[in-house]
Amino acid sequence: MPRPPSPAQSPDATMPKRNEETAASRPAGRTSFTSINPPNPIEDDVLARAQAGDHQAFAQLYALHKRRIYSLCLRMVGNIAEAEDLTQEAFLQLHRKIGTFRGDSAFSTWLHRLAINVVLMQLRKKGLSLISLDEAMEPTPEEGPGRSFGAPDLTLTGAIDRLALERAVADLPAGYRLIFILHDVEGFEHNEIASMLDCSIGNSKSQLHKARLKLRDALRKHLPQETQL
Amino acid sequence: MTHPGEMSCAEFQAHLPELIGSGQDMSNHPHLRECELCRALLADLQTIADAARQLFPQEEPPAEIWDKIESALKSEDGKEESLPKSK
Repeated sequence: MPRPPSPAQSPDATMPKRNEETAASRPAGRTSFTSINPPNPIEDDVLARAQAGDHQAFAQLYALHKRRIYSLCLRMVGNIAEAEDLTQEAFLQLHRKIGTFRGDSAFSTWLHRLAINVVLMQLRKKGLSLISLDEAMEPTPEEGPGRSFGAPDLTLTGAIDRLALERAVADLPAGYRLIFILHDVEGFEHNEIASMLDCSIGNSKSQLHKARLKLRDALRKHLPQETQL
Repeated sequence: MTHPGEMSCAEFQAHLPELIGSGQDMSNHPHLRECELCRALLADLQTIADAARQLFPQEEPPAEIWDKIESALKSEDGKEESLPKSK
């Protein structure tokens, strides 16, 4: 069977990319992106051919989705080499499972979830257990509800530097980073995250809150002196 | 210390994950109306959540990833083709 051409030549610029399309309009954590993927006849045709075993069509699917999946993996693990391995594994899983896609959701959503599951499996292998998520529910002296008292004179509004925030996210503990990425960046709802991570909805909300608190602390440390009242 | 609104900051912040997660409008919450500390905290958390949507522009993966995928697919194809066909 002839192998497909390199997907690098495929016209991925013609396909919608969820983050780019919706970042400005999507309220954080309010809209599931299953509802923001419009039908795409080009992708539908490519998908149907890939499901029928057309390797060239599979290469096109790779080209269409590689940036989104790679970027997702990179965000979730914060490590380039691991993100490359996970991207590879996600598309190999896609090749094995593409015949099971029935169109109940948008293909991009389905693939997104498949990739997230690949990452989660890897994180679990590395020891990110849900026990650690549950343990993190217990307030510590540093993380208890009273930790935000004082210093009301440092507010972030209008002062967040995107690179500083990305660095702060990368420095979050793995469990916090995971839920922050899934909710605030990827747009999953708490019930979806709870299902993915096999934890309670309350746990998801609590972890997200603690992640944001940690980010706030990290960002406040880097506020320019003149913005401190 | 008890703040106006009959709820301390500790009590309010203990409920914050659930309040934020519920998506309800908190602008009229009795504690927030009276407490500058917690208003500032909530504003910061909202700023972070809003900023998150602009994070992480999509990046191009290295071309070698596709080479590896192709190689793995060829290997899997080879295994399938070497299996005896069922009658």
